[in-house]
Amino acid sequence: MAFCTGCSLLCDDIEVDFEGAKVKKTLNLCRKGRAHYDSLVVDRLAPAVDGSEVGIDEAASKAAELLGGAEKPLLFGWGNSTLAAQGAGVRLAKKLGSVIDDPSSYSQGLITEKILKGELPSCTFDDVRNFADVSIFWGDDPSSSHPRHLSRFSYFPRGEKRQRGYEEDREAIVVDVRKSPTAQIAADGFFKIPPGGDAEFAEALMATLGGKIPKVEDKKRMLNLGTKLRKAKFGVIFTGLGLAHSRGGDLGPFFTLVAKLNELARFSVIPTLGDYNTRGFNQTLFDETGSVNSVSFGGGVEHGPEFGIAKYLDICDAVMVVGSDPAAVLPAPLAKKLSEIPMVAVASQRTLTTDAAKVTIPIGVAGLEAEGSALRSDGVKVDFDAAVESGYLSDVEVIERITEAV
Amino acid sequence: MISVMEVYKLLPKTNCKKCGLPTCMAFAVELLGKRKAIEDCTPLVEEPKYEKKLAGLRELMAPLLSADATETGMVIHTEKCYGCGNCVVACPVNVASDPKGTAIGRGPVSGKAILMVEDGVVKCVNVDQCRRFGPEKVLCNACIVTCPSKAIEFI
Repeated sequence: MAFCTGCSLLCDDIEVDFEGAKVKKTLNLCRKGRAHYDSLVVDRLAPAVDGSEVGIDEAASKAAELLGGAEKPLLFGWGNSTLAAQGAGVRLAKKLGSVIDDPSSYSQGLITEKILKGELPSCTFDDVRNFADVSIFWGDDPSSSHPRHLSRFSYFPRGEKRQRGYEEDREAIVVDVRKSPTAQIAADGFFKIPPGGDAEFAEALMATLGGKIPKVEDKKRMLNLGTKLRKAKFGVIFTGLGLAHSRGGDLGPFFTLVAKLNELARFSVIPTLGDYNTRGFNQTLFDETGSVNSVSFGGGVEHGPEFGIAKYLDICDAVMVVGSDPAAVLPAPLAKKLSEIPMVAVASQRTLTTDAAKVTIPIGVAGLEAEGSALRSDGVKVDFDAAVESGYLSDVEVIERITEAV
Repeated sequence: MISVMEVYKLLPKTNCKKCGLPTCMAFAVELLGKRKAIEDCTPLVEEPKYEKKLAGLRELMAPLLSADATETGMVIHTEKCYGCGNCVVACPVNVASDPKGTAIGRGPVSGKAILMVEDGVVKCVNVDQCRRFGPEKVLCNACIVTCPSKAIEFI
């Protein structure tokens, strides 16, 4: 049995045959996971300084020099790093007195923070499989982003109290701006909203649950939804980037709705996170500082949106990106700004970010070439072994080397 | 899915009985069930006036007779499939024969599963266990309606 670190579901029932580092045959691995496994032999990164290849020790000492000499360094990424590497990253940030941040500062960080603080009820995927009778996918399309989400946990499987699975025991509701592949599966429960209409939809649903007539076009359908949710025995809301990036970004009405739902029934929230260990970074930093992202160790521990990558890029003078590709994800003006700052990139494959970096340090792919542990997006810890031997250092070894050299 | 009427329309409709069956409609049914071949209808193959009909019938039956289709007529468009495994977990035969694997959302463990995800795409094995197999077939559609990318079809 092998593990897949292709997304935050961390599937653990994978069977794989290797021929050297090349994958010969896989079982139970989705197409996204298969591509993740195949990437072992594609576009691997080499240690380099200013574009010319060097030894790994030289690259590490150059990285330490670059970060140690900076006044306002930023350590960013960590979504595709093991828990040990994330811990080492926080120690490095403390040593440097730098800012540390991850992509959750511009995605679902607020939702994860509320879950970790206990302000938003959550549960595990295994609870979902065994008990959930209503699954709501809000701004979330796991069929595209996390292919096995519905088949492993949220809709199709039989569970302890859900022996008849999706046919009779489960209901899927999708709230989205378009008829996504997930919405196509749950066509009867699809509620189309306009872009930025999340707050309005949440308020209409609140009104319905409060016994009022909602101000929406199809009142009957909304009232039926209200009845369904009120009668739910174990409801789960999976949130996606669609909700987090809703125009205006105000999640207040959503949080009020979850509180209201929990007065009437039991509803949990699980964010659908992109990188395999985003939840792990959020948890590691939360345990250390009480915040899930955007933390500065400059003078004591400070937290605030000014320490998120979007704002901090304006003033930082060195960046280290670990296990992430912000140059490909950030809006173009921010990506351009990032590419102009002296950068150290620690990654397994060549990416847009590594192309823009001054120093690049390769690492082994966690779960395939390096062992470690990570938190699934529901917070469950998964330990994985290496599936294939390789000469690459693990991410934690690289971060520790840099920390020593600083 | 190809209907009997579609096949019938492309036959000579003379009920000549040369194929050994009483009517062209009966031949259409047998042809769809793969118990007869197009060549068993000798007038259609030999007489030039049926040339257009023969070409049409060959085109209609091509997907069913191709190597991609299983004996149940299932065609998996692997270029569309992304290996989510919804069909594997939803398939009633899989659930019944593999309660500790596919029924609870994991990969198959019993060796009796009829659908499994191999190399990132779904694959049909043990096809004789499918509800659509054989003359007593049930028109089950669990694998079709659960597919988010419409990668499975029956012809």
